[in-house]
Amino acid sequence: MATEAGDGGLHFDSVLSQFEVKRLFGTGPVEWYTPTNVTLWLFLIIVATAALLIWGTRGRSMVPNRSQSMAELTYGMVHKMVEDISGKDGLKYFPYIMTLFMFVLFANFLGLLPKAFTVTSHIAVTGVLAFSVFFTVTAIGFIKHGAHFLDLFWVRSAPLAIRPVLAVIEVISYFVRPVSHSIRLAGNMIAGHAVIKVFAAFAGIAAVAPVSILAVVGMYAFEALVAFIQAYVFAILTCVYLKDALHPSH
Amino acid sequence: MISLLQEAATHAVEHSEDAAAAAVAHGDAADAAHAAQSTGLPQLDLSTFANQIFWLVLCLLVLYWVLAKVALPRIAAVISDRQGAVTGDLMAAEEFKQKAKEAEAAYDKALADARSEAQKIVAANRAEIQKELDQAIAHADAEIAARTAESEKRINEIRESAATNAREVARDVTAELVRTFGGNVDDAAVDRAVDNRMKGAMQ
Repeated sequence: MATEAGDGGLHFDSVLSQFEVKRLFGTGPVEWYTPTNVTLWLFLIIVATAALLIWGTRGRSMVPNRSQSMAELTYGMVHKMVEDISGKDGLKYFPYIMTLFMFVLFANFLGLLPKAFTVTSHIAVTGVLAFSVFFTVTAIGFIKHGAHFLDLFWVRSAPLAIRPVLAVIEVISYFVRPVSHSIRLAGNMIAGHAVIKVFAAFAGIAAVAPVSILAVVGMYAFEALVAFIQAYVFAILTCVYLKDALHPSH
Repeated sequence: MISLLQEAATHAVEHSEDAAAAAVAHGDAADAAHAAQSTGLPQLDLSTFANQIFWLVLCLLVLYWVLAKVALPRIAAVISDRQGAVTGDLMAAEEFKQKAKEAEAAYDKALADARSEAQKIVAANRAEIQKELDQAIAHADAEIAARTAESEKRINEIRESAATNAREVARDVTAELVRTFGGNVDDAAVDRAVDNRMKGAMQ
């Protein structure tokens, strides 16, 4: 895996080293309670979210300033998304979806800072997010509709003969949801950051350095877009799953 | 134990031109560490999962609490305040518009009233003036008629007196002429002759 190419060197190990979970203080094993770089960047996500939504709106002005406008735009966007997709009764879960959106958004954006650690590039993190959505939504479905929630898998609009087949497909697709939900986000983050690092590794070679640096700039811009889009997609899919739980009939 | 594995893995990386040989040389444990730390993604290193999940859940709970208790209610309050203010302003504007319309209607009505009042006054004045005029004309007519009658009377008187005077003069002159010529004055004949002559002149 580690390929040496002259003095500048192409250290592909360093491509993945940005994803390593390390202790913040001292040496030793990473226990479940050890403060790690994950802890640090999770903390920074809370700080950034609070900075935007609380510090930004400290004026509570009737005519908002820039930071308050941004906070209100974010709020309005997610609020409208929940209302449009999940319906009025989905607004009860708006704080939950807003939490997920802000978390993923700032995890992605803070991960773009140089030397940063991207928590959403870890399957463990996105997996917990996706499975918590999966279990919450399934629980809401059964609590609200009881056995009728299973109507979600029984497509009444289809001819009776093919309904069992569709039910199997629906059940499989339902259980694949958390997997695709988590892998989509983590995969995008891993791929983008790895590609930037690969291009950066090539910058050590004088002949291709300009191209490499341009490519890094281009990728960085693209990743900034991806960071937002993935947060948006994560939140919108959560809304779609929530809609299925609140209104299971097709 | 883990640090030992890490050391082994580092060692393996250094000899990664022949990773398989390194794995064999360092045994299964080194191979596992190698897979986790070097050839494998750090994302698949299960030993860090407990740590990540613990801190993630803590972070999400804190973030949820911060958003649900502080940030979102505040933003919702600001937005609803603004909407309330905008709605209130719009309603006030609507009210003012209504008032303006009412004021305009009142103004129009006042204008129309004033106009009809003015017309009434003009009509009344005109009638009064007409009446006075009629009176004055009637008065003038009466005066004219009276004066005409008086003048006529006086003219008649003058004519009468002129006729009487002329008859007397004619009679006297006739009687004198008759006398002068030595005739005998017969008053009755003279009167008759004068009257006959006068008939033609004094008509």
